[in-house]
Amino acid sequence: MSDTIIIEGGRVIDPASGTDATRVVVLKDGKVAGVVERADRPSGATVVDAKGRWVTPGFLDLHVHLREPGQEYKETVATGARAAVAGGFTSVVCMPNTKPVNDTLAVTELILARAAAAGLARVYPCGAISKGSAGEELAEYGELQAGGCVALSDDGKPVMSPGLMRSALEYARAFGLPLTVHEEDLHLVGKGVMHEGAASTRLGLKGIPGQAEDVMVLRDVALAELTGGRLHIAHLSTAGSVRAVREAKKRGLKVTAEVTPHHLTLSDEDVARSGYSTDFKMSPPLRSVEDVKAVVEALADGTIDCIATDHAPHSLVEKQLEFDVALNGIVGLETAFPVCLALVKKGLLTEKRLIEALTASPARAFGLPGGTLAVGAPADLAILDPGAIWTFGPKTSFSKCFNSPWRGRALTGRCTHAYVGGRLVHQAGEGA
Amino acid sequence: MIGRQKHCIALEDYSREEITQVLDLAVSMKEVLRRPIKKVPSLRGRSIVNLFFEASTRTRSSFEIAAKVLSADSLNWTSSGSSVSKGETLIDTVKNLEAMHPDVLVIRHSASGAPGLVASRVGCSVVSAGDGAHEHPSQGLLDAFTVREKLGTLDGKILTIVGDVSHSRVARSDIYSFGKLGAKVRLCGPPTMMPMGVEKMGCTVEHDLKKAVDGADAVIMLRIQHERIGAPLLSTTREYSRLWGLNTKKAAEWLKPGALVLHPGPINRGVELMPEVADGPASVILDQVENGVAVRMAILYLLAGEPVEGKA
Repeated sequence: MSDTIIIEGGRVIDPASGTDATRVVVLKDGKVAGVVERADRPSGATVVDAKGRWVTPGFLDLHVHLREPGQEYKETVATGARAAVAGGFTSVVCMPNTKPVNDTLAVTELILARAAAAGLARVYPCGAISKGSAGEELAEYGELQAGGCVALSDDGKPVMSPGLMRSALEYARAFGLPLTVHEEDLHLVGKGVMHEGAASTRLGLKGIPGQAEDVMVLRDVALAELTGGRLHIAHLSTAGSVRAVREAKKRGLKVTAEVTPHHLTLSDEDVARSGYSTDFKMSPPLRSVEDVKAVVEALADGTIDCIATDHAPHSLVEKQLEFDVALNGIVGLETAFPVCLALVKKGLLTEKRLIEALTASPARAFGLPGGTLAVGAPADLAILDPGAIWTFGPKTSFSKCFNSPWRGRALTGRCTHAYVGGRLVHQAGEGA
Repeated sequence: MIGRQKHCIALEDYSREEITQVLDLAVSMKEVLRRPIKKVPSLRGRSIVNLFFEASTRTRSSFEIAAKVLSADSLNWTSSGSSVSKGETLIDTVKNLEAMHPDVLVIRHSASGAPGLVASRVGCSVVSAGDGAHEHPSQGLLDAFTVREKLGTLDGKILTIVGDVSHSRVARSDIYSFGKLGAKVRLCGPPTMMPMGVEKMGCTVEHDLKKAVDGADAVIMLRIQHERIGAPLLSTTREYSRLWGLNTKKAAEWLKPGALVLHPGPINRGVELMPEVADGPASVILDQVENGVAVRMAILYLLAGEPVEGKA
């Protein structure tokens, strides 16, 4: 088996280097060896025809839930990593709300060992901000970082104490780690299960105002200014948060943000249209049409840095329930590209910005390798067929779960090949 | 079937014609109910399961009597708590009941949307007896029936609903039934009890009770639940009663002559309604209870009374 792979005929979109042209990509010894107009075919090289398709850096997802350890019936590191590469994601950052919480070296090491054994996407653990994510005491950031954690989060829960949040931002500076935060004021959330507005009123479901997020983003931007810490807003969902982040960036604070494919494309009215479908229940909830418009604009203009899926597998046991009691979250790794590609077709996002928000921008936000096809970069790459029409569901899903608003829906755009370190880790058509 | 409806879950989905179909049939049902021998064979051999996941006396009794007068066999299944705490899911419970071949499942549940979830999983008709803060369609229909019976029509009438609309499934069903029959609907209560965007359901909001009932043809006083008192929705019962309760003096001075007073029950006497008003000439509260049986007979008949050969 040769170490040289030649990918020919594809449209190479690499926003990091400003490339958008038909080029040949040469991968050698696990690294990008060149992006050139013409390349020889050394004997023994593997040649891949990418005609009619896009060749991009492998996507990076800063926000996934792989559920291992503790909830392997929903997902394992291996199945999650398999779903990731099927969606074009060659790197994922996995949230620490496992059982037990990833607040110690032992859990971090277990995740990395499972990821190495799977040998699919690169898996970067995210450590807990507080011990047990209980919001009371700081976890051991030095040890977590030494073990391989690239960021800190109590995701699933906000850090309600402003005092603890201040300490966390300050303490994390010693390690240069970003804090990726789930922003919701629990007092304003109350028993809410969907966005508060005309749709929640009609449905008789308890509402969560968008301001429950806004006030926390505003608080943490202020604390980022106080401490000089790196703040990353996870799954940003409101127009108010967009304003706060835009203002923070204008003032030069170290604030970045991500948005999910579902918050970019669905609103609270879709919850109503779905007839209480729990595949539309997640945290933060699907927001108003005005919020959707604001986050799309913010992604397009760079206020929001990147797209992250918040891939959150749940079994049918946890979803085939009354809306009030079903768990929050939907899977997203395998549907992110086609769902976001629809925004390009509507003229709301350029192709370049879409790919950038999936590659160079997330790599930059957390300082991760990859996200570029520069010579010498890891040979992490996706080949995408923007015209492929397929249906997401149990038959096509590599994840253990398919709790998704797009289950059974025809989608346009699909990852056909994914390479990690020059190894082919996904090829469309292989049975799920 | 009620028009094109196989279920009675949300009046939001009902047309004016479908609502009228139920009310028209309820007129005959009320006549049956008033006979010395209150029994007709219309639903003989049909079975109805009343599945109540939330405590209810009057609604369950009303459905039960409605089924009995129509000669249907009815079974009451009471279950407390959410499916999660009970250990069996809602879907499992109803699949078990469905295996006993009911023709209609009447369900009350604390979770909004639960009857719809059930309807998506069973073959029989589903009637909601109230779900969370979503809808209480039979109450919406009986309230419309009561007003129509007393005033002749709802077209052009002004109907004011007073109370905690946020948590009220009665209010939502009333807004749809009243509105679809041509009435103008006003809502009144403290801003903490008016849910966001409720105007988009086709009503206006007025926080001042005097203005809200001015010129109204009927006033629907909602029950104030004690657990809502105190933070965060209300200060005190005393203040609520003073500002949004209806007493004899306000009823006499603010209501137009002949205006009706409705209440879905059970009444918190002395809070939203003073006894003199509840028992006074404007009150049609006990008519509502009687009409409730007639309307539920109509619903059950229309959903379960189709020819047997059509269902075989």
